[in-house]
Amino acid sequence: MNFSISLTINGVRRDVALDDPRVTLLDLLRERLDLTGTKKGCDRGQCGACTILVDGRRINSCLALALSHDGAEITTIEGLARGDQLHPVQAAFIAHDGFQCGFCTPGQIMSAVGLIQEGRAGGDPERVREGMSGNLCRCGAYAGITEAVLEAQDKMNVANQRRSA
Amino acid sequence: MMNFDYVRPASVAEAIGAATEPGSVYLASGTNLLDLMKGGVSRPSRLVDVTRLPGLDRVERLADGSLRIGAMVRNADLAHDPDFAKAYPAVAEALLSGASGQLRNAATVGGNLLQRTRCAYFYDVASACNRRAPGAGCDARHGENRLHAVLGWSEGCIATHPSDFCVPLVALDAVVEIEGKRGRRELSLEALHRLPGDTPERETALEPGDLIVALRLPAEARSFAAHGRYIKLRERTSYAFAVVSAAASLRIEQGRIGEARLALGGVAAKPWRARAAERLLAGASLDAAVYREAARAALADAKPSGDNAFKIELAQRIVVRALTLAAAGTPALMPALPGSPFSSVSGTRA
Repeated sequence: MNFSISLTINGVRRDVALDDPRVTLLDLLRERLDLTGTKKGCDRGQCGACTILVDGRRINSCLALALSHDGAEITTIEGLARGDQLHPVQAAFIAHDGFQCGFCTPGQIMSAVGLIQEGRAGGDPERVREGMSGNLCRCGAYAGITEAVLEAQDKMNVANQRRSA
Repeated sequence: MMNFDYVRPASVAEAIGAATEPGSVYLASGTNLLDLMKGGVSRPSRLVDVTRLPGLDRVERLADGSLRIGAMVRNADLAHDPDFAKAYPAVAEALLSGASGQLRNAATVGGNLLQRTRCAYFYDVASACNRRAPGAGCDARHGENRLHAVLGWSEGCIATHPSDFCVPLVALDAVVEIEGKRGRRELSLEALHRLPGDTPERETALEPGDLIVALRLPAEARSFAAHGRYIKLRERTSYAFAVVSAAASLRIEQGRIGEARLALGGVAAKPWRARAAERLLAGASLDAAVYREAARAALADAKPSGDNAFKIELAQRIVVRALTLAAAGTPALMPALPGSPFSSVSGTRA
């Protein structure tokens, strides 16, 4: 059985023919579209390494059937920077040592971008930690991750205020 | 994962037709189903994708004051709907105490009601499990069972129902709207999930092809808005299933409990409504001794199914805590750690 779907990935429309209905968004990105920034950790929705934005919302791409997301707009870690200019969350992760080995980092960053857009953590570190609990870090860089999310959120809020002023 | 056929029906009627075929299951967001399929626990031959069926993603107030929640509304959207969280605070807190931000963004109301047990023996296809393979036996019964059921279990199955959301819902008399081969019908949420008995494989009252299209909270459920909490004890502070949990909703009249609603999670194969405790609380004063008596009544029929006698005591303490916190009043702001008895910043923003 053949299926064809169309996705907009990091602003680029991609028409994809699928010969197998079992393909998840994660496997589609990594194995068929060569976008390997999104990581496969547990593949069971427990670690968050595969986090991407689908229609602006962070989800686990390992538990999302590609066929079911026909027509979706997807943002992956590859779509955050503007050329050489890092996204504020990426820059903040570097500034605050929000990683060590780096494997969970794309998922952490996409989750943080989603969390900041959801706009409910405020400046409360406990709310940030709770909001980021779906992303595990085996290196234990959580303290830096929390700092990075708080700082990036502040910078993005300032930038948004300037833009709307 | 076993291969399957994928269909995306355009209408509820078409979906029911497709799902009535043997081997067919409905696919909502798939956060539980795909996980089960990857582990070989669920092996459907056809997925009927209901995520795009028209009209199932709305929340609407009906003329009789009840609230109708479409089955495809996402958990995060419901929990963060300000009107919803204000009217049904225990339900919003339960939703936000479950899973992770990513999973709540994907998971649906209808899917949450039908999530499967997290019993490790159910998940491990090399283990005997009557729920997964009727007649195979139950390896949990004499295995690692400290998190298993203490109420309503049978020799055939000691699994618990994992949902947080269902616990306050069952306390608030939620009703499930079902479309099936013979048309539309309604069922109380309490009657949706079955206790295992001799047929643990029959988890719900649904028939082949039945599709949950909506969940309804009756008008009266709003009357507990000022005093509703969901308290959940887990093995880590966030992103874990309940060891035990309790939803307490009170209507306080002239300094006494006018009416109480109480249900427990993590203790049985279904969300456990504690009616005997509710009767004790009705008309009683707001007093710790009363809460302890209610907690004893709620767990009066409990018995360990293995190394889990501690859950009986723990559940009573969680009931007391939930009642105490509910009596103190719904927090103005959702606690930083929803459902946690350890939230260090209780309902305040730093």
